Amino acid sequence: MADERDKPESGENYGTDDTDVSASPGHPVSASPRPRVPVSPLYGVMAEFDNPNRLVAAARRTYEAGYRRINGYSPYPIEELWEAIGFHHTSLPVIVLIGGIIGALSGFFMQYYLAVFDYPLNVGGKPFNSWPSFIPITFEMTILCAAFAAVFGMLALNKLPQPYHPVFNAPNFKLASRDTFFLVIEANDPRYDHDEVVEFLKSLEPKEVTDVEV
Amino acid sequence: MADDPHNEAPIHATVPVVGAGLTFSSVTDKISSLVLKRKTPLWWFIGFAISFVLVQLLLLTITHLLFTGIGIWGNNVPVGWAFDIINFVWWIGIGHAGTLISAILLLLRQKWRTSINRFAEAMTLFAVASAGLFPLLHAGRPWLLYWMFPYPNTMGIQPQFRSPLMWDVFAISTYGTVSALFWFIGLIPDFATLRDRTRSKPFQIIYGMLAMGWRGSARHWHRYEMAYLLLAGLATPLVLSVHTIVSFDFASGVIPGWHATIFPPYFVAGAIYAGFAMVLTLTIPLRKLFGLEDFITMRHIENMAKVMLATGLIVAYGYIMEAFFGWYSGNIYERFMIWNRIIGGPYRGFYWALILCNVLAPQIIWFKRFRKNLLVLFLLSIVVSIGMWLERFVIIVTSLHRDFLPSSWGMYSPTVWDFSMFLGTIGLFFALLFLFIRFLPIISIFEMRTILPEAEVEED
Repeated sequence: MADERDKPESGENYGTDDTDVSASPGHPVSASPRPRVPVSPLYGVMAEFDNPNRLVAAARRTYEAGYRRINGYSPYPIEELWEAIGFHHTSLPVIVLIGGIIGALSGFFMQYYLAVFDYPLNVGGKPFNSWPSFIPITFEMTILCAAFAAVFGMLALNKLPQPYHPVFNAPNFKLASRDTFFLVIEANDPRYDHDEVVEFLKSLEPKEVTDVEV
Repeated sequence: MADDPHNEAPIHATVPVVGAGLTFSSVTDKISSLVLKRKTPLWWFIGFAISFVLVQLLLLTITHLLFTGIGIWGNNVPVGWAFDIINFVWWIGIGHAGTLISAILLLLRQKWRTSINRFAEAMTLFAVASAGLFPLLHAGRPWLLYWMFPYPNTMGIQPQFRSPLMWDVFAISTYGTVSALFWFIGLIPDFATLRDRTRSKPFQIIYGMLAMGWRGSARHWHRYEMAYLLLAGLATPLVLSVHTIVSFDFASGVIPGWHATIFPPYFVAGAIYAGFAMVLTLTIPLRKLFGLEDFITMRHIENMAKVMLATGLIVAYGYIMEAFFGWYSGNIYERFMIWNRIIGGPYRGFYWALILCNVLAPQIIWFKRFRKNLLVLFLLSIVVSIGMWLERFVIIVTSLHRDFLPSSWGMYSPTVWDFSMFLGTIGLFFALLFLFIRFLPIISIFEMRTILPEAEVEED
């Protein structure tokens, strides 16, 4: 849970106090001289790759270079990628376990309360608390609550639904759901310096490097 | 080679899971174009029109049923359960293959499931929807069905939790809910693909809302994969429990022919058997019509046939044990039931038709020649579906029609409304399926990408 490095995803950081960090925006990427027109603050710099091996290798080198507010985007899950950007653990299993325990307890004690106190009914001389007969519903409630916890827990940790996100501003980002791979160094990284980051990403041999506006 | 468990080369050496030469872009374009292309094929309109007419038949039947009562059906004492429960169990059983393919085969790391899981899950949902209608309407006053659920009420009464029928309420509603969640979660990344690929503004908005802002972030993927794996782990015992509980509806009764401990495993195997038959029935024409031979290869078809054969043999074992239990019990009612069902009773023809469809016919799958013949498999899958329907008919009707006292004996014959209701749910099932194949990707696009050769990341 402590390892849940979620900070880079929280959208509210970018618009406000983080803008001074990204005080060196510039598009096109070719750095100086700075344009005089007012420019919108940057979310980060994005590199585009055309195959998963390059992306994973680039992500590893970026992490080794000391950048931490980084993220990869791919059209399908790549285990090596989230390991490469240093995202190893998720608290989802704990959430699901809690959901399952809540389901089991509420399922059993609902039946216990209703059958023993609220509406005791003599069925074939069985005891009011005929607990073996309560197990199937307890089981179903366990599964139901755990499944809800898995789905809504995953969505909540991912902060979905999220209609707007800066990465969608990147020109080629539509291909992230098809066959293209992206690596982003975010502007709120402690070691972020725009020109340095652009140079660094270019050294990773991407297809293209672009600025991502907030 | 054999002593290295990580070497998958021998497996891939037979028939690959996907056709050669597929890439991320070609897989994406092919599957999403089935949804995004403007022109709807003629066969779709014909198929949907027929299903739609049958849905109208269903609505007509339900209207008549609600105005008149369940007396329009043929079931009456002593055969109080008939088409309604037969069809309910039949549909629920068909649904089980979807969960098996999506959950159990995922846990078993069967890569070939990827081409058929989305489709099979949709089949599960629509089968559960069709199944649910029967107990709902058999309750007589479906607008009071919420009485089944425990809630604080002014009547001061509560459900009776010792009854398997009550367990069934929870099992079926949980099954429907979890199947829907699993299906929707699987669709989210594909909604994102459709959102990014469609050129029509309304569909961009619709798919965009359904995708919920999915952007393929590595952090998201990690949690997503974890959620998917956990859901598979939860759905696996769930699917086994559902048909077990359905079988408890019978097994916990004292009726000869129902009161058997073999019922839970025998019902679960039968459910998977019927479900795979239905997946084959639907897959064989679809892959032809959509030109998906590269995605659903002969290896998939053969594997499904083999699962059908295996579960069919378990079901056959169930039939043998049922007869053995009846004889070995020494109980005159049990022995009479078996004699009546197999040899001397008025419904014995159904029993032998069932043996022909479910036990004898599938034995041809042993031969590779038939396993590779699509027409034979297609016909066989329909024969098995009929056989599984007959099985439920035999279990329910022949067990009920000879009560303990000969004075209570009776016969059952369905009315036209029994048939119209059954046909109507078949129409509902297919109508939903036709809508599904037009508006949603029938193969999971992102999971197909993961099994392509270019998706392998080299370790170094």
